[in-house]
Amino acid sequence: MTDTKPKAVRRLGDVVFANLAFFAGVSILATLATVAAFLFAQSVPAFTGPPIDAASEGFFSYVLPFVFGTVYASVIGLAIATPLAIGIALYISHFANRKFAQVLGYAVDLLAAIPSVVYGLWGILVLAPFLSPTFNWLNENLGWIPIFAGQVSATGRTMLTVGIVLAIMVLPIMAALIREIFLQTPRLHEEAALALGATRWEMIKMAVLPFGRPGIISAAMLGLGRALGETMAVAMVLSPAAVVSFAVLTSTNSNTIAANIALQFPEAGGNYTNLLIATGLVLFAITMVVNMIARWVISRRAEFSGAN
Amino acid sequence: MSKRIELKSLDVYYKAFLAVEDVSMVIEPKAITAFIGPSGCGKSTLIRTLNRMHEVIPGARVEGQLLMDGEDVYGPDVDPVRVRRQVGMVFQRPNPFPTMSIKDNVLSGYKLNNSRMSKAEAEEITEKALVGANLWNEVKDRLEKPGSGLSGGQQQRLCIARAIAVEPDVILMDEPTSALDPISTAAIEDLAVELKEHFTVVIVTHNMQQASRISDMTAFFNIAGSGLPGKLIEYDKTEKVFSNPTEQQTEDYVSGRFG
Amino acid sequence: MTTQLNSSFRGTQDLPKWLSPTLLVSFFLASFGLQVLLASDSDSAEINFIPVAVFGLLSFTLALYVISRVIEGVRKATDRLVTIMVSTAFSLALIPLLSLAYTVVTKGVARFDAEFFTFSMRNVVGEGGGALHAIIGTVEITGIATLISVPIGIMAAIYLVEYGRGTVARLVTFFVDVMTGVPSIVAGLFAYALFVIFFGPGVRMGLGGAIALSLLMIPVVIRATEEMLKIVPNELREAAYALGVPKWLTVLKVVLPTSLAGIATGIMIAIARVIGETAPLLLIAGFTASMNYNPLDERMMTLPVFVYTSYANQGVDMQAYLDRAWAGALTLMLIVMVLNLVARLISKYFSPKG
Ligand SMILES: Nc1ncnc2c1ncn2[C@@H]1O[C@H](COP(=O)(O)OP(=O)(O)O)[C@@H](O)[C@H]1O
Ligand SMILES: [Mg+2]
Repeated sequence: MTDTKPKAVRRLGDVVFANLAFFAGVSILATLATVAAFLFAQSVPAFTGPPIDAASEGFFSYVLPFVFGTVYASVIGLAIATPLAIGIALYISHFANRKFAQVLGYAVDLLAAIPSVVYGLWGILVLAPFLSPTFNWLNENLGWIPIFAGQVSATGRTMLTVGIVLAIMVLPIMAALIREIFLQTPRLHEEAALALGATRWEMIKMAVLPFGRPGIISAAMLGLGRALGETMAVAMVLSPAAVVSFAVLTSTNSNTIAANIALQFPEAGGNYTNLLIATGLVLFAITMVVNMIARWVISRRAEFSGAN
Repeated sequence: MSKRIELKSLDVYYKAFLAVEDVSMVIEPKAITAFIGPSGCGKSTLIRTLNRMHEVIPGARVEGQLLMDGEDVYGPDVDPVRVRRQVGMVFQRPNPFPTMSIKDNVLSGYKLNNSRMSKAEAEEITEKALVGANLWNEVKDRLEKPGSGLSGGQQQRLCIARAIAVEPDVILMDEPTSALDPISTAAIEDLAVELKEHFTVVIVTHNMQQASRISDMTAFFNIAGSGLPGKLIEYDKTEKVFSNPTEQQTEDYVSGRFG
Repeated sequence: MTTQLNSSFRGTQDLPKWLSPTLLVSFFLASFGLQVLLASDSDSAEINFIPVAVFGLLSFTLALYVISRVIEGVRKATDRLVTIMVSTAFSLALIPLLSLAYTVVTKGVARFDAEFFTFSMRNVVGEGGGALHAIIGTVEITGIATLISVPIGIMAAIYLVEYGRGTVARLVTFFVDVMTGVPSIVAGLFAYALFVIFFGPGVRMGLGGAIALSLLMIPVVIRATEEMLKIVPNELREAAYALGVPKWLTVLKVVLPTSLAGIATGIMIAIARVIGETAPLLLIAGFTASMNYNPLDERMMTLPVFVYTSYANQGVDMQAYLDRAWAGALTLMLIVMVLNLVARLISKYFSPKG
């Protein structure tokens, strides 16, 4: 045969439909490119325009405390959420009975459905006052640990409260992901362990946890991605200040990028708006990197399990 | 209505992998032709080239010539969709459309192609196809019920009804009974014999009794080893293939010495 | 291994079933009593429940561990320790859920009345007023976002599952994942940055909110649809092809109907997810006390933003604002619950069987 192969017959409906689908798919790429381009274009005036009062010492010293606050709050949230999520996933997958476990699964999923503004309201009006005495107690008794030091906030609107709220918010998705992975543990491994006379915990240690480790890591990364971008709960609960501070019980806390935008944007004018958009671009970049790492871990795991 | 199919040195590929090599044969109309051979020898692959279903798989292609009553099925201006409308196909596992009623399943060849028909016509076609598939008596009272509620054997006959409802020239069946119990299998075998009155019937089977019971012609395929292409070893009257084959390989296979 | 065997031989006796609940209750009571004593001792009279719970739990765990270790052996004891930890983790997660539900319902009912659903906040200071303007805004903005997201999302999923091969498809898959991770506030900033070009700085518009929500919704719709299309058995596609049905009709009339229930469920869940979004709407749709039916003109209130501003901009009569905030939160939670419930029902009753 020569290379002048005749084109296959194609029907109009097929051509139109396939192209529609193709453009819908490619529109995702175009949209994200547009998002990045427009945010970038709108950030530029923050650097070229007249100086902004809020950022008199330049963009980077403006954004730094927020970057710190964003990462710090999320890391606290994650530090609380990860062990809890593993515990919940284990409880549902290996401790509760089947029927009960399903109901429990729904209950945890419900947590994911609650809007963040409701978490914010609850965080500031219920959780913060509830935690406040404990913060005093922590400060009095464990104040020698630097993060618990300083003048305790009277309202409970502290970094630790925010961390706890964030932990509650990312818990459901993390628990759900980890639970799925745990449920995929090869039954054979579990039964082999039990047949050797292992207790439930020994079986989990031998079969479930090693199998689920990459899943736990990626769930944590996805939870981190969520926590980094969470806005309203932080904006409502935290009592912010433009500082970099590790203390988690005081009323001078580093704000997060997202919360700062939400608080400032409605009142902002001129190129202050552009400045805020520029900080949004920084947040976008941070979450992208975190999510990409998470996806990378997941895809590596997929290759792994595909090979078996 | 029933067409003669002529294969002329057909090579069938999946990407670079040559799955079936150099098959030439003539499939007679109004007869049952059985493809037999060990699994992996390319029976399914070859039967799927007859209605251009092979090319649905990405990277799959065919070289050589395939004529249906003298017309080149792989000709440059031939629309594969039109070919498939003339060639009905029945698969290994019954696959009625789960969202459709029994009646809609029978009419699916028309409905999915947006062809309009009157109610009377629709009813006539449904009844004719279901009668033709020996299913009418069992389902005539529940035509509006979902097809997935039927037993496996009934589902397979529903799929045959669906295939013959569009009045094709050729019926292809790829191991249509391998997922069925013996009673349903017998029903399908009887049906196949009736179908050859009107259609060219090609059936893939790895059940040699089945081939010898119902087919007029038998083609035996074999592979020399994994990764090598399947080849047509012997093609002749069924009687001859089973009682007095020319090739040693065929003899070994039909006498159950391997495969 | 030998030590393990030894210890398992040593501890053959099991603890009685009543022991651990009894221990749990008594240690919590003891811890509570201790706290009361200490509190009456010091000048701060507040009873602090968290240390009570923590102390009670820790002492209970320690006691049970020691008893079990002596009677049942080290392996059983460790197992019990882990069981306590896992159950604690689970109960800890339920506490906020219960507290949230309780708070929202008890505080929300105060203003969950007819006036709340029939009035806007125009000319209201102090008591009275309602969230009708916010509900209208939420319905319109979410509705438009759904109209944008569903066709794009479904077609993109069809591209990925039915057509997509090679580099472009892999890129799209990857960036759908990236899009899933876009923070909602960034979506709001994007809508603003887009609209500034056409309408100048300071633009506020309901449509912008819909664009921002679409950005958040599209990846969810794509993922849900993709999952559903993937589980449609290939045999059905082949059956249709073999009947001489072209690919596009096969997709439209066989694949989509088969997965319809699942896709509808996914869309419901996507709506439930974005309907509570506050941050992007705060930026681009803004807030107002008045009715506005026109998403192409000026500020438009939405329910989540209503909740936020009621809290954030409290007037002199604080309680009235807080009551409205809670009533708004209750309404929002109910909407989300209903959407989730409908999603479950659809997938339960409308999925094709077999
Ligand atoms: N979709 C496919 N892609 C690549 N190779 C395939 C595909 N389907 C079948 N093959 C290969 O083609 C050969 C013939 O397969 P098949 O036609 O299914 O054999 P049979 O039906 O006789 O058992 C086998 O080696 C098989 O691995
Ligand atoms: Mg086969």
